[in-house]
Amino acid sequence: MSLRIRILEKETIDQIIDEALGVLQDPGVRIHNEEALELLAEAEALVDREAQVAKIPEKLVRWALDQAPSDFDLYTLAGKPTCHYGGDAVQFDPGSAALTILDSESEEQRPPVTSDFVTFVKLVEVLPQLDAQSTAMICSDVPEEIGDLYRLYLALNYMCKPIVTGAFGKDTWWIMKEMLEVAVGGSEELASKRVAIFDVCPSPPLLWSDLTCQNLIDCARTWIPSELVSMPLAGAVAPVTLAGAVVQHTAECMSGVLISQLAQEGAPIVWGGSPAAFDMREGTPPMGDVGTWLIDCAYAEVGKALGMPTHAYLGMSDAKVVDAQCGLESAGGTIMAALTGINMVSGAGMLDFESCQSLEKLVIDAEIIGMTKRLITGIEIREKPIALSLIRDMGHRGEYLGHPHTMRWFKKELYFPSQILDRGSLDSWKSKGGKTAFERARDEVKSLVEKYEPSGLAPEVRDELRRIAERAADKYGMVKLPALPRE
Amino acid sequence: MVTDLLADIKENLINGDQERTVELTKIALENGIEPMTIVNSALAVGMQIVGDRYSTGEFFLPNLVAAGVTMQNALSILEPELQARHEEVQRVGKVVIGTVKGDIHEIGKSLVATMLSCNGFEVYDVGVDVPTEIFIAKVAETEADLLGLSALLTTTMTMQRQIIEELEKADLRDRVKVMVGGAPVSGEWAESIGADGYAEDAMAAVRLAKLLMQ
Ligand code: B12
Repeated sequence: MSLRIRILEKETIDQIIDEALGVLQDPGVRIHNEEALELLAEAEALVDREAQVAKIPEKLVRWALDQAPSDFDLYTLAGKPTCHYGGDAVQFDPGSAALTILDSESEEQRPPVTSDFVTFVKLVEVLPQLDAQSTAMICSDVPEEIGDLYRLYLALNYMCKPIVTGAFGKDTWWIMKEMLEVAVGGSEELASKRVAIFDVCPSPPLLWSDLTCQNLIDCARTWIPSELVSMPLAGAVAPVTLAGAVVQHTAECMSGVLISQLAQEGAPIVWGGSPAAFDMREGTPPMGDVGTWLIDCAYAEVGKALGMPTHAYLGMSDAKVVDAQCGLESAGGTIMAALTGINMVSGAGMLDFESCQSLEKLVIDAEIIGMTKRLITGIEIREKPIALSLIRDMGHRGEYLGHPHTMRWFKKELYFPSQILDRGSLDSWKSKGGKTAFERARDEVKSLVEKYEPSGLAPEVRDELRRIAERAADKYGMVKLPALPRE
Repeated sequence: MVTDLLADIKENLINGDQERTVELTKIALENGIEPMTIVNSALAVGMQIVGDRYSTGEFFLPNLVAAGVTMQNALSILEPELQARHEEVQRVGKVVIGTVKGDIHEIGKSLVATMLSCNGFEVYDVGVDVPTEIFIAKVAETEADLLGLSALLTTTMTMQRQIIEELEKADLRDRVKVMVGGAPVSGEWAESIGADGYAEDAMAAVRLAKLLMQ
């Protein structure tokens, strides 16, 4: 029996859905994309071209929710389905697009370079707790303009797990798509064996910018899954009440599902987000806040009620180093997401409001995820009676360690942590150098990366990927890309 | 009576009560209190207290913004009266601010704009995803003292450099100070593109803007 919590009453969910439908009718959604406005006008939404606003009737939304698939899979580069979107499946990938990396030695943030991201991708490959890759950081050793596509180029060279990614512009999306096709062997393969999913963000409140909207349409038309990342920041660009923020989230996501289904009926699309309860002192969007957890879990419940696959950016921290705040915030978000049954939880490794990635935090988060995955499997009744006959048998003797019953069940029942958690005696801890969790994580990073095995991507494919990336780099004055670190 | 009214206006401004503040401002004018006295002895004092309470942690951002909006509303009642007397509320400076082309991040830019206007700057917010020409035209048109450029993406921060280059071409660079900001932006970056300053948050942006006005 897997463990689940529900934080909204059924009536509250219904009310939120009702109000979101009301929002879509009036004031409607601002849409700064001609193609989407055209699609909506054809579908008989009330479109004001001048104001670029669409007022959307309920029946259109209902139609779109019916068309959108409630389930689909992501595949490994080798063509094996591994991540399931739909139902209460729970999977994890790292947070994406960090601006900096926390340097392992100095513990200071610095701009990432090619070798940092390659190490990161290798780590994600070998950490069993992580189900997918993400284009987790922006490398500073290539022209800024190709930052988004370059990370996909690097990841494709080293990964096998599917990847959560995203484009920063209209044009780069097409180059990223081309790379994905090369990696899987063609556009049909890409549509059927989905190896990547793109984040697309509506802008709070209630706006589709030209470029993110175009990404949404282009994904739908090519059957590439996309993930709606709606971000109501409660109290700043959304109502401050958490339920109010969820109403806005619901309306934004509904509009996204509709645009995607109008572009291509049945296109895979995910109900996701990265909201935050705005910090009223600092003016920051705290990703590790308890209010943020609640908004995320509540919108996921709404998405589930509407039959949508779900996603959330959770399990992140706003700490600047890997410290107690970091552990507290990351664990809370991760556990809440898993208990809610969110299909893809993005955030591992991330610090400082989605700005900074850390290899050490990734390894620690993997431990949190491991424990969380154990948590949600709950308590199973292995035998009946549960223990009465066993205890009668044992009487008052405490000799369970070598007992056949223990031998039979201990590996199934108990969670086995990695070196990240210290469970030894004080003396043994001291004798191993008296290291903190961060220091142990630093050691783990080194030994885990050693275990990485090359993905077996064909040399011709690698060459072709490089050609595409170099063509893009060339446009911005870089003729030769940095050499790829050895596998 | 006069001091009571002024104290009332100040209190209501501090509480961010727009309606009551505007109402009391009108009553004060009807009672013959000089508009400049209302500005200096009620509104400005009130804003100062709000700022202090924010610094000590008693007040939060919503208090700051609500007081700022209240102040603007009261000022709009006072402005015609001031004009009639050929008086003017001293503005600290004129700022054009926006998010660069290709970038739709709005929140940080708007927060900076709000804080600047709460602090006495005249602010022209040109929005997000703003083409370089618009920045240039707006600076020329308003004769702005400051230009604020926001960029949240590594792919778009290079636009900040481009805009500075275009300001030079348009012979405007000497007339306007450029401040930059946004998550990927740093002091180093600001220096490397020849900007006049960088600020990491809205409070620092206000300090920077005041510094650049000296
Ligand atoms: C909210 C948010 C969004 C919202 C914005 C909503 C809105 N209406 O503005 C939405 C959902 C639209 C969005 C979209 C995208 N986003 Co975004 N977003 C964020 C997030 C989480 C918070 C930004 C924010 O509002 N912070 C709160 C405000 C108050 O802070 P601030 O913006 O930093 O501003 C303060 C200071 O920087 C400074 N400041 C800001 N501007 C200025 C200007 C001047 C002159 C001065 C002096 C100071 C100053 O003062 C401000 C006030 O204190 C950041 C994460 C982060 N760490 O920044 C990502 C982030 C910036 N986004 C990111 C990305 C990738 C995107 C998308 C490309 C995603 C996608 N694939 O669709 C799109 C952008 C499309 C585009 N081309 O613009 C990345 C950037 C990565 C990179 N390496 O460049 C970040 C870092 C998150 C991440 N790791 O993935 N995003």
